Amino acid sequence: MYNFTFHRPTTVRQAAGLLARNPDGKLLAGGHSLLPVMKQRLAQPSALVDLSLVEGMTGVELKGRSVVIGAMTRHADVANSQVLKDAMPGLAAVPGSIGDPQVRNRGTIGGSIANNDPNADYPAACLGLGATIITNKRRIAADDFFTGMFSTALEDGEIITKISFPIAKKCAYEKFKHPASGFALVGVFVSKRGPDIRVAVTGAGSNGVFRVKSFEEALKKRFAAKSIEGMTIPANGMNSDIHASPEYRAHLVAVLARRALAKANA
Amino acid sequence: MTATTSATGIGAPVRRKEDFRFITGQGQYTDDVTRPGETKAVFVRSPHAHANIKSIDVSAARKMPGVVDVLTGAQLATDKIGNLICGWMIHSKDGSPMKMSAHPALASTKVNCVGDAVAVVIAETIAQGKDAAEKVVVDYEVLTAVVDPAKAQAKGAPQIHPDIVNNTIYQWHLGEKKDVDAAFAAAKHVTKLDIVNNRLVPNAMEPRAALADYDVGTENLTLWNTSQNPHVARLVISAFIGMAPEHKLRVIAPDVGGGFGSKIFIYPEEVVCLWASRKVKRPVKWTSDRSEAFLTDAHGRDHVTHAELALDANGKILALRAKTIANLGAYMSTFSSSVPTYLYATLLSGQYNIPSIYCEVDAVYTNTAPVDAYRGAGRPEATFVVERLVEVAARQMAIDPADLRRRNFITAFPHQTPVIMAYDAGDYNASLKKAMDLADVKGFAKRKREAARHGKLRGLGYSTYIEACGIAPSQAVGSLGAGVGLWESAEVRVNPTGSVEVLTGSHAHGQGHETTFAQLVSERLGIPFENVSIVHGDTDKVQFGMGTYGSRSGAVGMSAIVKALDKIEIKAKKVAAFMLEAAEGDIEFKDGKFTVAGTDKSAGFGDVALNAYIAHKFTGAELEPGLKETSFYDPTNFTFPAGCHICELDVDIETGKVDIVNWTAVDDFGTIINPMIVEGQVHGGIAQGVGQALMEGAYYDAAGQLVTGSMMDYTMPRAHDLPSFHVGLTMTKSPSNPLGMKGCGEAGAIAAPAAVINAITDAIGTENIAMPATANAVWAALQKSQAPKAA
Ligand SMILES: Cc1cc2nc3c(=O)[nH]c(=O)nc-3n(C[C@H](O)[C@H](O)[C@H](O)COP(=O)(O)OP(=O)(O)OC[C@H]3O[C@@H](n4cnc5c(N)ncnc54)[C@H](O)[C@@H]3O)c2cc1C
Repeated sequence: MYNFTFHRPTTVRQAAGLLARNPDGKLLAGGHSLLPVMKQRLAQPSALVDLSLVEGMTGVELKGRSVVIGAMTRHADVANSQVLKDAMPGLAAVPGSIGDPQVRNRGTIGGSIANNDPNADYPAACLGLGATIITNKRRIAADDFFTGMFSTALEDGEIITKISFPIAKKCAYEKFKHPASGFALVGVFVSKRGPDIRVAVTGAGSNGVFRVKSFEEALKKRFAAKSIEGMTIPANGMNSDIHASPEYRAHLVAVLARRALAKANA
Repeated sequence: MTATTSATGIGAPVRRKEDFRFITGQGQYTDDVTRPGETKAVFVRSPHAHANIKSIDVSAARKMPGVVDVLTGAQLATDKIGNLICGWMIHSKDGSPMKMSAHPALASTKVNCVGDAVAVVIAETIAQGKDAAEKVVVDYEVLTAVVDPAKAQAKGAPQIHPDIVNNTIYQWHLGEKKDVDAAFAAAKHVTKLDIVNNRLVPNAMEPRAALADYDVGTENLTLWNTSQNPHVARLVISAFIGMAPEHKLRVIAPDVGGGFGSKIFIYPEEVVCLWASRKVKRPVKWTSDRSEAFLTDAHGRDHVTHAELALDANGKILALRAKTIANLGAYMSTFSSSVPTYLYATLLSGQYNIPSIYCEVDAVYTNTAPVDAYRGAGRPEATFVVERLVEVAARQMAIDPADLRRRNFITAFPHQTPVIMAYDAGDYNASLKKAMDLADVKGFAKRKREAARHGKLRGLGYSTYIEACGIAPSQAVGSLGAGVGLWESAEVRVNPTGSVEVLTGSHAHGQGHETTFAQLVSERLGIPFENVSIVHGDTDKVQFGMGTYGSRSGAVGMSAIVKALDKIEIKAKKVAAFMLEAAEGDIEFKDGKFTVAGTDKSAGFGDVALNAYIAHKFTGAELEPGLKETSFYDPTNFTFPAGCHICELDVDIETGKVDIVNWTAVDDFGTIINPMIVEGQVHGGIAQGVGQALMEGAYYDAAGQLVTGSMMDYTMPRAHDLPSFHVGLTMTKSPSNPLGMKGCGEAGAIAAPAAVINAITDAIGTENIAMPATANAVWAALQKSQAPKAA
């Protein structure tokens, strides 16, 4: 790890100010994505702006027909939130599948979304529910937020403060774990909220999280596994590595979508 | 020796003494040892798999803060530090000796694998060392790499060492080709298989480490390191590398957190730390990080094999032949040459009566990390060849796989195989039967139907394995090329108060010797278990010993203790005779008491010990004072643990994911000292074997970059990947050592891969599937097989 200066602001405004003064600085949330790359000397931020003392950035709240989660809320706290378990158990199950207890007790939803790892779980949930990412500057629809592997619509110095998830009557996540890392080799989040039907896929696409419009279309008739029986997606555009071929990933998307649908309807 | 009734004697499941300190974080590992004025070593490593070094410029690095020195291979050569060596000579079939190229501890003209060290920074802190290491400028001329052993010998393949033609180290063979060819010509059925035994990264929990301390006053060098055999390390570093005379070098292997073979070998880093400590006149420590461990620990396996089995119409095996290409990596590690030869082909008879066997092995260099012994070392590879062939032959001939095995089992002992080994004892039918009962093979068909209702294909696979352990009779291994003897030593020191220290040449790094060895002494001397302590791992304390690997610490290491205890008893009886004023021949020793036969006159062990030291009851002319005896025990044969593992698993038709639902292991390890520890060894071994079969695999890309260089890409088995194991035992005692022990440390890793692959192929109805059988691989195989497919 290279040397850096360490800051602990207590308000979002202070944090933003520190970032403005330290153009090579980085926000620090749970540190479970950032610190490993710093330890390997692959990242060299001049300053870390730790968000853990910033007020008002944690918690899970019911607001109208949405669940709003503070960006600094740890995966374990989201998974264990009674509010969320009651309102949308399908979303509550997502953080429970992340990493191990150590990771879940440190990692945050904001950090995960800002990082947009192509195998991360939360991006599928955000896109699969049509969430709104709220920053210190604006509100960004999930459809516009995830712009590719490890890249998002966030501008320099922009801080995610909250994520607002509209409550879907039916939703579920199905994850096929990467055998080594435990991230999603493929993960599929499905939801139905009135006429809005979404199928979002993480882990599979070479461009990060994406929606499967053909499945969504087919599900409009009936939101059930049967509706997409026999449907496939092209292997073209899928990731390829030693763990899974593009064909296998494409195949898993269909299998997991059916399983997620069965779960959502259970 | 009879089974004990005592709670701490032989056969008792005594809790491990050492666990309290390990579990509470009180262990003393190499990295926990610190010396005043200690510096840190940071290695500059090659990012290329194959390149010429045009120049190394350390001038900028030297000026960095906290830098004590920056050293290169050129200086190593100037100081006449010798190359690392491989200590087992193999001769090719044409009689020529193996071709070993130079392995300097720091490369100075050419790098041959990613991670090859080219310089070392000695700095006050690791961070400063890393900063400086980034400033070392190495000008590389990158060369084409070869990583695939099957391609290393091809015309036009990159030449790794200028003096080694076609990258071929040896072309060895074993057995009578003529006989085998004749048997194949006459065979009714021939089964052929192409097998890749996948390359594995050992991943001991504690990474390798070395701390070297040069004493300017005495010119003595001390090395703390993560070694499974500190005396062998001292011998090699002294006699071959020329670091220091043997008596001026002390090697201490304190608590060591797992080895699995990877810590047997002498590595560049410990040599460099010793050399650097003498140069900078301060202690120098290096602790591998996990990334370095992936790149530089000696890997395991990596065989490409074509194998064939000839059978008659009744399923009697007539002959076996195999051709293997073994990847030894960029350099020949300490015992690398022996693994794919005498530890491999000598086990190709399995548990079967096979009249003739012929095996050819080519060992090759590639631009990958060195490959050497890893849990099982050669024997897992042999078992995999034999057990896959037998299983496939049975299916092809429509004979029940268990039945085909039974028809070919060796039932009379001793049995001389056509590949050197003389099996001394075993009962293969007994372990197969017990395993089949425990696994409820009878109920399998019903369970398979039930699984099918849930979208699962259920499969069952056997592995009736054998291994050669208790390594090994020195004269025998000497005749096969070993550069050392493989006996073991023990010294038993009885203190005046009757407590006992055992100094053993074995080394524990997870095996629990502090417990099992104490159980033996406690039972034999009739003294409390707590009164025995085991000393190991320090060349200044312990007499020369050969260390721990090849499941040898029980069969060989404990045998040495038994021999020393025999001598203790003889001497103690002499002392007791003086004390009790009786003839030495009338003294009987039982349950810690010396008694004059036929009388009630007796003396306790502690009393006798005290009298041995105060020496008031005898004169110096009559008896030497003291009670301390040494033994060097050389076994008369290998031991042959064997057994049957049965794996039952489900394949998810839709995803290809394998779920092991039932694992049965019935092993014959001979005499058991501590059944709880044995069970633990079996569990760990199976986990590693299942890891190899389903998950683990070290992959290099065509440029020689290690793709699986971290836990994010290299899949280690986790607890949730494994079921609870059903473990059972059968017992035939080894006639080759006084306790009748055979060894249990490697069995699981040897047996498991074939059981898993046999079960998967049974489930999905294909003949073969490569390891690791990942979900993707199984799914792909399913697409081609006749088994039911997902919608
Ligand atoms: C062993 C291990 C296993 C894991 N397994 C999984 C898994 O199965 N699934 C999964 O999805 N993830 C997994 N992760 C990743 C984990 O969820 C991370 O914690 C998460 O991706 C990042 O969150 P963090 O709070 O740790 O962010 P940090 O590491 O602190 O930050 C990550 C990045 O986001 C930026 N950032 C942080 N907060 C904000 C904010 N509020 N606004 C703007 N930018 C911000 C930081 O500057 C940094 O660039 C794993 C991690 C580890 C170490």
